[in-house]
Amino acid sequence: MDATEATSAPASVGVVIPQRAAFREPLPLKCGRAIANYELAYETYGTLNAARSNAVLVCHALNASHHAAGVYADEPSNVGWWDNMIGPDKPLDTNRFFVVGVNNLGGCHGSTGPLSINPDTGAPWGAAFPLVTVEDWVSAQARLADHLGIQKFAAVMGGSLGAMQCLQWAIAYPQRTRYALVIACAPNLSAQNIAFNEVARQAILTDPDFHGGDYYAQGVQPRRGLRVARMVGHITYLSDDEMANKFGRTLKHGRVNYSFDTEFEIESYLRYQADKFSGYFDANTYLRITKALDYFDPAFDHAGDLTKALAPATAGFLVVSFTTDWRFSPERSREIVHALLKNKRDVTYAEIDAPHGHDAFLLDDARYHKLVAAYFDRVFDVIAGGAA
Amino acid sequence: MNGISIDRADFAAIAQWVNPGARVLDLGCGDGALFKYLQRDRDISGYGVELDDANVLACVKNGVNVVQRNLEEGLREFEDQSFDYVILSQTLQAMRNGERIIKEMLRVGREGIVTFPNFGYWRNRLHVLRGHMPVSEHLPYQWFDTPNIHLCTLDDFERFCGERQIRILERKVLTEGASVTVMPNLRGALAIYHFGPG
Repeated sequence: MDATEATSAPASVGVVIPQRAAFREPLPLKCGRAIANYELAYETYGTLNAARSNAVLVCHALNASHHAAGVYADEPSNVGWWDNMIGPDKPLDTNRFFVVGVNNLGGCHGSTGPLSINPDTGAPWGAAFPLVTVEDWVSAQARLADHLGIQKFAAVMGGSLGAMQCLQWAIAYPQRTRYALVIACAPNLSAQNIAFNEVARQAILTDPDFHGGDYYAQGVQPRRGLRVARMVGHITYLSDDEMANKFGRTLKHGRVNYSFDTEFEIESYLRYQADKFSGYFDANTYLRITKALDYFDPAFDHAGDLTKALAPATAGFLVVSFTTDWRFSPERSREIVHALLKNKRDVTYAEIDAPHGHDAFLLDDARYHKLVAAYFDRVFDVIAGGAA
Repeated sequence: MNGISIDRADFAAIAQWVNPGARVLDLGCGDGALFKYLQRDRDISGYGVELDDANVLACVKNGVNVVQRNLEEGLREFEDQSFDYVILSQTLQAMRNGERIIKEMLRVGREGIVTFPNFGYWRNRLHVLRGHMPVSEHLPYQWFDTPNIHLCTLDDFERFCGERQIRILERKVLTEGASVTVMPNLRGALAIYHFGPG
């Protein structure tokens, strides 16, 4: 395939082909259940070196997938969700690193999830699909690493919920995690965060088309609930200033019409995002991902002591927060930094002054990208020096 | 000066006081040059603290672990007595609350090392005698755009320490990279102090 066919930014990894790995050994889950058979959808970019020491795992957040970079041959406009970060000469440089993107268990982009056929019943899992956790995702990712012959990742990287997976990697597999890039993260959700998630869930759970989660057989999707859930989420990803700059009180028709149609631009934007999202995302997956977020709390088993929870982690850490992120505020990242400092770990912390709120981690901000690029230079020097 | 730059003389003086393998916190670490020097020369570990974005990036490029934070807000992330040395190089004079940062240094570290331009240096005095604020190698700013808001002399700093039960362990005074021992408050351009709790 000719990479120049790609419509993504210059220096794209070009056309990529999603792959699948099937696992037959049951995966025990934190909820007490197990999944006997499952598949994970993944993509890779770059080349694994002979020493198998240059692999970087990219963990996705709420609505993304294994498609982190490049485009598909039959969908040239479907650009990977972190394409501005991953590619030749980009901060995560695929000329140097072998990058793995994976769709998490319970997802709706190809990995086994509520949409998949449950081999025991021959019907979609639906409501019967277990409530998976960040810990479960990381266990599954570790098996994918085994499958790919990667004993140790040069780095595990993610933003938001993806960053929580990085923390979990560093805690659960310290010997397999050389560096962790923890971006726009929190060591657990605040009550306010959980509250937003609960509003999103209630919107889905009370949609008449939800049918207790077994809506596939009815040929419907709880789209209305999913739309509201996405709207609530979207509000929390943007800063007040960013919304003011982008939309302000701009009217769609230049005047108010005293109706419930879209009148303000912000309404139009939210409805557009909601329609788009509800057209491709599965409600059961959304419910489970919000629960995984709520449950993640590595300090819980250590009487709330994050320092103890992070004690096993020996990785080098880059922790990055964004000043206007009120969903996972810089203060929450500082908690992680504090615990790592207390454990005398190798840690660098940067607070990026960006106006975009939580979504900043996905955007192309020069200071942020230069920092990540410089950190990956360090990672590369270490693995190239044979110290991996 | 046998090719040793003035900065290196400053670094070398600090390095003399740092035990090999020590844990060091370098406040206002800039691009991490001093920390890197101490890593090579004294095999230290620890962190730099810096506010400026460009300096934070430079630290990452220099292989220095840096924590981005405003020193004026204290050192909350850092535990009591978690470092052997806390260094404040060429930053004290730019702090809004110099007393607080010196206390914070002795909270998180066992000993402190501070460097600052000596306002009592004769060239500075001459500037003032001629009716102007000094502009020199260690005070390179014009009065209207200087970050240096709390300048002091050697004698001022020693009185400050004496009044607060801070024990000065060692002192080195440099002018153009050379050590000054005679009349240092008049002849010294750069002060370097090593101090601990009284």
